[in-house]
Amino acid sequence: MSVDSSISERAAALLEEFEMFDDWVDRYQHVIDLGKELEPIDEAFRTDAFKIQGCQSQVWLQPCSSGRQVHFKADSDAQITKGLIAILLRVLNHSSAIEIAQYELTFLDSLELKEHLSPTRKNGLDAMIRQIRLYSVAIEANAISTQ
Amino acid sequence: MDKIREDFPALNQLIHGLPLVYLDNAATTQKPLAVIEAIDGYYRNDNSNVHRGVHTLSQRATDAYEGARATIAEYIGAKSTSEVIFTRGTTDSINLVAASFGGTYLKAGDEVLVSEMEHHSNIVPWQLICNRVGATVRTIPVTDAGELDYPAFKASLSTKTKLVALTHVSNALGTINPVKDIITEAHAMGIPVLLDGAQAVPHGRVDVAELDVDFYCFSSHKLFGPTGFGVLYGKREFLEVMPPYQGGGDMIDVVDFAGTTFNDLPYKFEAGTPHIAGAIGMAAAIKYVNSIGFGFIQNQEAGLLHYATQQLTAIDGLRIIGEAKDKASVISFLIGSAHPYDVGTILDKFGIAVRTGHHCTQPLMKRFGIPGTVRASFTFYNTRAEIDRLEIAIRKAAAMLL
Repeated sequence: MSVDSSISERAAALLEEFEMFDDWVDRYQHVIDLGKELEPIDEAFRTDAFKIQGCQSQVWLQPCSSGRQVHFKADSDAQITKGLIAILLRVLNHSSAIEIAQYELTFLDSLELKEHLSPTRKNGLDAMIRQIRLYSVAIEANAISTQ
Repeated sequence: MDKIREDFPALNQLIHGLPLVYLDNAATTQKPLAVIEAIDGYYRNDNSNVHRGVHTLSQRATDAYEGARATIAEYIGAKSTSEVIFTRGTTDSINLVAASFGGTYLKAGDEVLVSEMEHHSNIVPWQLICNRVGATVRTIPVTDAGELDYPAFKASLSTKTKLVALTHVSNALGTINPVKDIITEAHAMGIPVLLDGAQAVPHGRVDVAELDVDFYCFSSHKLFGPTGFGVLYGKREFLEVMPPYQGGGDMIDVVDFAGTTFNDLPYKFEAGTPHIAGAIGMAAAIKYVNSIGFGFIQNQEAGLLHYATQQLTAIDGLRIIGEAKDKASVISFLIGSAHPYDVGTILDKFGIAVRTGHHCTQPLMKRFGIPGTVRASFTFYNTRAEIDRLEIAIRKAAAMLL
């Protein structure tokens, strides 16, 4: 996926990719496989300071943005959570901070994976998205103030 | 069996297009029609506040509410209804004892003895009161099989021990603790015992008089009754001395700014308008359980536990956590390195409801060095066919995850 594409283009491409799968087993298998290909976080970030504690699974989020382009690495101890992280980061990474702050993650509804992002699911994903948005706002604010 | 399953309307539904297999009974059980109808009937016909009204409805509500207390007292073998205190549930019951008994009897340097297999609700209330008074929560270790380390328990009892607070049946492992021996042992040293009976009452008859237990806590919703309601049984000798836990209406005798006197037992501990429908629903649940009978229930559960253990252990890489000799119908397990969250998510897609995670027993998970488990818990309305579906779904989950 080109880094020049927009956030909605990347979401649309992902949806198209998932349309190949007829049933949930294949869809979930693809989520799990995407998790296996996820860019690993640097071990120095596998600490409590970068951990998003979920009741069911844990997420570690490593911010590595430069300028106003947002870039994150993340990991989870659960494979489905990790696969969903891969999906989210594929769409969100390489976006501008302002794009992320304003973007509604509606593409997940179409993937039928939305239930995993519910705050009541307690797998750390909902908190991860909130954290990414906060980072994005901070990146944008920082960029404006240093202009 | 079909007849029994018809008593539970929630069992009859499709999840992701498949018939629901409900194996999360240790978290909460489904409710029989008898309970649903009792609650419905109360709100339709008798709804009124209890104890204070002179009108007919209030009298009917009070009769039903106090009748429920009599049903519950008889069910657990309490000598008197005044020893049966209504609470919001097991957690509330333990908090009541921790605050009121703990606040009265615990002093700096004292110890409250709990085990490593306690639910957080039988750890944290003791930590709170112990921190306040300078006492210590001491833990009894658990063996690799998930049993209480009995010699360590005996060695932990001392003149510093002011209370033993122990789970009757472990929610995470299913272990049934030898509570009769534990109580005898503790009483020989003059130490009272509190039992967390939340996981015990659905599986067998509990007789507080025969156990000679000092406090027994349990919830309605794990016994086929409504949520938000539970019981604290306490021996009168302690309840009389213990101060009220919460203040408000119903728990008072005379209120005056110069000083208030308190109502008699059990009302001293029941501030505010109670969960009247909860009491009535729980009494209906008890009557339902009595009509099924523990003979049938225990026979059914033992068969399911044996069959599920046999079917699940045949799965490659499956490891059961908690292999106590004396065990309730609960199987906690892990498959290979698969995370419980992933397994639970996939089982749900197959229409199977299990519990995943640490089961509010983080110290126990730490002791076994695991992030959590997948827990299947059975009750008398479950079937072997459901266990077959569980087994097949676990194999499919393993194929996806490993």
